[in-house]
Amino acid sequence: MTKTFILDGQPIPFSDGQTIIDAALDAGAYIPHLCHHSGYTPHGSCKLCSVLVNGRVCSACTFPATEGLEVLSHTEELNEDRKRITQMLFVEGNHLCPGCEKSGNCKLQAVGYYLGMHDNHFMHFFSPRKLDASHPDVMIDLNRCIFCTLCVRASREKDGKDVFAISGRGINKHLIANSASGLLKDTDLEASDKAAHICPTGAILIKRTGYATPIGARDYDHQTIAEVSLEQEQESHGG
Amino acid sequence: MPAGPEHSNPAKRMRLFIQDLAAKHHFQPTRLLEMLREIQARDHHISNEAVELLAKALQIPRTRIIDAVEFYNFFSSTPKGRYELLISDSITDRMLGKDALIEYMAEKLRVPVGGVRNDGLVSLDNTSCTGMCDQGPAGLVNGHALTRLDRARVDRIADLIERQTPLAGWPPEFFQAEDNIRKSGLLLGRPIAPGDALKAAYTRGLNQTLAEIDASGLRGRGGAGFKTAAKWRFCAEEAETERYVVCNADEGEPGTFKDRGLLNAFADQVFEGMTLCAAIVGAKHGFLYLRGEYLHLYDKLQAILAQRREAGLLGRGILGHNLDFDIEIRLGAGAYICGEESALIESLEGKSGIPRNRPPYPVSHGYLGKPTVVNNVESFFAAAAIAVHSGAWFAAHGTEKSKGTKILSISGDCTHPGIYEYPFGTPVRTILDDCGAKDILGAQVGGPSGTFISNREFGRLLAFEDLATGGSFIVFNNSRNILDIAHNFTHFFAHESCGFCTPCRVGTSLLRKQLDKIYDGRGSAGDVAALDEICRLVKTYSHCGLGQTAANPVLTTLARYPEAYQSRLKKISYEPGFDLDAELETARRLANRSDAAAHLSQTGE
Ligand SMILES: Cc1cc2nc3c(=O)[nH]c(=O)nc-3n(C[C@H](O)[C@H](O)[C@H](O)COP(=O)(O)O)c2cc1C
Ligand code: SF4
Ligand code: SF4
Ligand code: FES
Ligand code: FES
Repeated sequence: MTKTFILDGQPIPFSDGQTIIDAALDAGAYIPHLCHHSGYTPHGSCKLCSVLVNGRVCSACTFPATEGLEVLSHTEELNEDRKRITQMLFVEGNHLCPGCEKSGNCKLQAVGYYLGMHDNHFMHFFSPRKLDASHPDVMIDLNRCIFCTLCVRASREKDGKDVFAISGRGINKHLIANSASGLLKDTDLEASDKAAHICPTGAILIKRTGYATPIGARDYDHQTIAEVSLEQEQESHGG
Repeated sequence: MPAGPEHSNPAKRMRLFIQDLAAKHHFQPTRLLEMLREIQARDHHISNEAVELLAKALQIPRTRIIDAVEFYNFFSSTPKGRYELLISDSITDRMLGKDALIEYMAEKLRVPVGGVRNDGLVSLDNTSCTGMCDQGPAGLVNGHALTRLDRARVDRIADLIERQTPLAGWPPEFFQAEDNIRKSGLLLGRPIAPGDALKAAYTRGLNQTLAEIDASGLRGRGGAGFKTAAKWRFCAEEAETERYVVCNADEGEPGTFKDRGLLNAFADQVFEGMTLCAAIVGAKHGFLYLRGEYLHLYDKLQAILAQRREAGLLGRGILGHNLDFDIEIRLGAGAYICGEESALIESLEGKSGIPRNRPPYPVSHGYLGKPTVVNNVESFFAAAAIAVHSGAWFAAHGTEKSKGTKILSISGDCTHPGIYEYPFGTPVRTILDDCGAKDILGAQVGGPSGTFISNREFGRLLAFEDLATGGSFIVFNNSRNILDIAHNFTHFFAHESCGFCTPCRVGTSLLRKQLDKIYDGRGSAGDVAALDEICRLVKTYSHCGLGQTAANPVLTTLARYPEAYQSRLKKISYEPGFDLDAELETARRLANRSDAAAHLSQTGE
């Protein structure tokens, strides 16, 4: 007999060791997320996947599924608060989407659309952030980094390198590159690395590929992030 | 090649220094903080060169070292002064005149607050509460605690610095830290002799002793109040046999200093409690995680550990039993979050203090992934006494849900600040009478992460079921302003957020900005509601206890004194960031108009 827990009234089957989000996505139920990526060690930092587990707020991407849990995800309150958390990420950085190459393919932007975000709500931080265009094939615009650590994990877990890290404390956190100069060109990053392609936002971009897919034909131009996410989940499981 | 001895070349000297340093710490990355502390003490910053050399020596990515340098307040990547002055910025220091004093210092030493003097001799900055609230204004010079600062003392300190007098030549009274134990109860009044708890435990049997601790009803004294016996039992029951005992002496909650007093006056009993725990759970290795601000206790504590080894109370075959256990002291480096148990463990592993995801909990996956008991100083202190005097002795005091006594750190507007021990269930009024508090506005119980209670609530009780506290108790008289208090605490949390999760990283900074807007008189009608909304988000969605309590200063004062917030607001419905009417001045001039219709009212409906 397969084990199940209840998500928004529906039974969700899971296997031992699975997190709530993995089981939910497998079963075709989308839970908003940004720092989660299937196949990577969970991080649990963006808090977009916050759900109520037996009445308590938990991160679906780190919380282990167990038999009989009562999980609430798609409530009006939770989605409203997820929108606020997304807005926090927007005001913390400098996201000028109309001028961003990632626009239309950006998960931050797409999750904003999905949650009905029409403004930034909070005051802007206007924090000065750096740009590193030193690498011949890859560029980084830290204005758009949301500290999800996916590039850090990709480099470590998939590429067998250690190109990125998040450094510092609190609101001063920032992404750093592993080279004596601190520049990307002096790291062993290659454009074919997983780490160069995993970024959910426009913080890491591959040079000379800009606008290859025109605006209007991009991931989230005709589909919501929920639809795209579930499709990709199916593909990655060969289903 | 230049002539002369080889150590005259600074680059070579640095290479040798780092090599020796790494060797001294057995090339263990877990000891990274100790190494960084030594580099900072030598060079007053951690240079790129040092990072590169150390990364090579330890065979770890340089990014891990850079992260630690940027995470911990006591390390810096740019040079600080040869005399690094840090002034405690707790609300209690401010109440004792810290703001004027730091300005005076800046003037006297010709260095801006937050800056380094041009000649590199001295740097000056604020730091979070240094745990000397009963004897402030306080500070640190090159990591060593300074107490009872005043203008006369600042004059002498400035003189010593100008003359470049080494700290060893400074008057010892500048560094004097009093225990100020004002009221002793069950525990402070009856300290045990070294070895007594262990002897009693072995005579009674270890299982029976755990049963006594269970019967005592002892709950963790660090704030969360988890049953100590249950934690020890869970750890003992883990299949993994390599286990650790950690004493949490990070004591970073502003207004708390009782662990400082316990470690200065009763360290033997605290170490005995840790050893008792090791015997019960089966651990060989223990850590005392001592906050960096308590560096002044370090040598004394090491000497006590050495004595205990001499006396057969630590090391191999303790008291002739089949118990091998030793304790290592690790110093923190200025990060409140490292008091959170899983962040503390990360820090012990030589990393920045980011709280882990739970489950799993430290009792099953702690230090190096092994089962680990983390307890507060006072919890170990009490457990040792219980092993000697029995669980019933302890449980006879306190309330149904909160057994025994609690040791408080009392500071603020009272004539006798210091350390007080009370049975749980004591009303706040009694505590205020004892410490000589008069004309009281209210008290902050449990520090910034706790609760502000007003003078209508002094019948409330010290207890987990009413007013829970890790020990901080700050008194405010009627000359104090509620918003000053909320403002200081809110800035504290924004400064100390580790930055891991969105709601706390961004939310605590939003909270700071939003409160500042009201505090500075720039707020309007919607701003209190906006403040309230941010509070709710930070409290509900943050990853750990820091974020979950960071809104408490605003929430608890807003609930009690809404008028204090409302009275600061402008009497308009919306206040934009700029002056609309003034912006139209150029247009009016060009159009040569000055009639009423050419002016915009900024007052909304
Ligand atoms: C932000 C934060 C700071 C903390 N600081 C301390 C501290 O300085 N000392 C302490 O004993 N516990 C502190 N705690 C609580 C610890 O996480 C942990 O619960 C405690 O050390 C367990 O020991 P106990 O059961 O003996 O209280 C802190 C918790 C949080 C969330
Ligand atoms: S650069 Fe992109 S992938 Fe890396 S941490 Fe920032 S947002 Fe995440
Ligand atoms: S709540 Fe704050 S301190 Fe805790 S993990 Fe999140 S960012 Fe860090
Ligand atoms: S997706 Fe779960 S916290 Fe980011
Ligand atoms: S559109 Fe979101 S980061 Fe560019």
